[in-house]
Amino acid sequence: MTPPLIETRGLVKHFGGVQAIRGVDFALAEGELRCLIGPNGAGKSTFFKLLTGQIKPTSGSVLFRGTDITALQAHEIARLGIGIKTQVPSVFNGLSVRDNLWIAAARHKEGKAITQAVEAQIERLMLGRVANSLTGQLAHGQRQRVELGLVLCGEPNLILLDEPAAGMTEEERGQTAELIREINREHPLIVVEHDMSFIRTIARRITVFNQGTILMEGDVDEVFSSEAVRDVYLGKKVAA
Amino acid sequence: MTRFLRENAALVAVAIAGIALLIGLPLVLDLYTLLQVTLYVIYAILALSLAFIWGYGGILCFGHSVFFGLGAYGYAVSVINMGDSTLPFLIAIALPAVLAAALGYFMFYARISDVYVGVITLTVTLIFYNVVNSTAGPQYHIGEALLGGFNGMPNVPSLNIPFQPDNTLEPAGMFVLCMALLLIVYFGLHILLRTRFGRVLVAVRENEQRVEFLGYDSRLHKLIAFSIGGAIAGLAGCLFTAWGNFVSPTAFSVVQSAQIIIWLMVGGAGTLLGPVIGAVAISWLTVQIGTQQTVNANVVLGGILLVFVLLVPKGVAPMVTERLVPWFVSLRRPAASPRNVAGESKA
Repeated sequence: MTPPLIETRGLVKHFGGVQAIRGVDFALAEGELRCLIGPNGAGKSTFFKLLTGQIKPTSGSVLFRGTDITALQAHEIARLGIGIKTQVPSVFNGLSVRDNLWIAAARHKEGKAITQAVEAQIERLMLGRVANSLTGQLAHGQRQRVELGLVLCGEPNLILLDEPAAGMTEEERGQTAELIREINREHPLIVVEHDMSFIRTIARRITVFNQGTILMEGDVDEVFSSEAVRDVYLGKKVAA
Repeated sequence: MTRFLRENAALVAVAIAGIALLIGLPLVLDLYTLLQVTLYVIYAILALSLAFIWGYGGILCFGHSVFFGLGAYGYAVSVINMGDSTLPFLIAIALPAVLAAALGYFMFYARISDVYVGVITLTVTLIFYNVVNSTAGPQYHIGEALLGGFNGMPNVPSLNIPFQPDNTLEPAGMFVLCMALLLIVYFGLHILLRTRFGRVLVAVRENEQRVEFLGYDSRLHKLIAFSIGGAIAGLAGCLFTAWGNFVSPTAFSVVQSAQIIIWLMVGGAGTLLGPVIGAVAISWLTVQIGTQQTVNANVVLGGILLVFVLLVPKGVAPMVTERLVPWFVSLRRPAASPRNVAGESKA
């Protein structure tokens, strides 16, 4: 039996007296698109940080294709092909869009192959008109796309997206949903998102986090009709 | 070929100007002025070393003089013992590079934040300053070289033609060597910054976390850059000692470190040409004020620093390329279409 693409076993993270993650067992199959939802402080961002090696767990382990990667450094985990798009666009503001993507592609390519990969992403993400502009001068939505380009240029085996539609217009949200579905044809994805309508357009399977644990896991209808989920999260949302 | 020239017009201009100065200045300048200009050139090399690690690597080094001083003393001690300057020249470069690598390992691999890197480098240079300062007396010697404490080490031999200790460089030869080394360092850094290592280093300055997310080891990039910067500062230190045949603990002083930072702030830290201009201009100015003896040099330098921090925060070189050149071009072509600024591109 093939092991899951990424798996956590008994993952625990304490910050002083605060238990941010309390024994999370999570598994994602090859090719899957999974949405993570949960109220603020549920531990979603901490979970992403543990997966990408930015912080180390208090106990428990992270496995990638069956190999324990818990002790690896962030850049070593990235080299395995785990790419992340953070909530606030994490790009190289002082460099042009083209130079941003060059850095990403040059990690595993040489010579002309770098330029080809960069130009392919510029076209795919519709960044042609701003390719030579400084990334820091672009609009928020464009910078989000540049960051996605950085992740895609790394030819990832798994992509983590932290609130990809945050701060976008309705039109940009639609384009992003379409883009995520397209990316998922080639890459497995884990998406953290707050926007329920956005989740409905992209999700098949959802994992609900609450107070550092997994509250439930299921397909879209199952999760959205769950009383427990509504109580901790959706209920408040609907009432608001 | 024409494409290369078009894309690298500024670099070609610098190369031509540099070679012209290298050949021309010894022919036109008197001995005293040539000696002074040689010192400015040595300072320019020192400025480039910090420009590389701070301006491009984003490593805040407040105690850069530690590498300069170590190069200066490393040369003095080894050349007094050996006689021939060939190996001491290399020792003066290697010693600071090793210190930078060791310091960098503890700072970058422990992921110490920028401000603390500044504090640590400042502290290390103060330690060296105090240690060397307190080595007066005959008991403090390395081989035949007396360290001399606060009085420093006089009578340090000049550089000689490699492996010919009796064939030392005259002032004109010393100037040509320093100028050639400045050009080599300047263009060497330009080439390095165009490689993958150099481009990733700039990316580390911009966003270290993203560099890690892309699979690069940012710590290693910073360590290598820091070590290269240390080596170049050591080279400047070696030339400084060989130029004046003398070295004292002031090479390690905080004032020396602060001066390098001022050169960068005035010239433009994010460029390579700016710090060279800054080092030469400020050093020249300091000497001029010193000979006039009407105003205190430090007051003037402080004033200049204030003016630049407030009015020209990026320094001279970026102001020329980003402001004056576009303004000049717009004067010559008033009917030209407005620049395609990012953000307006949709309009």
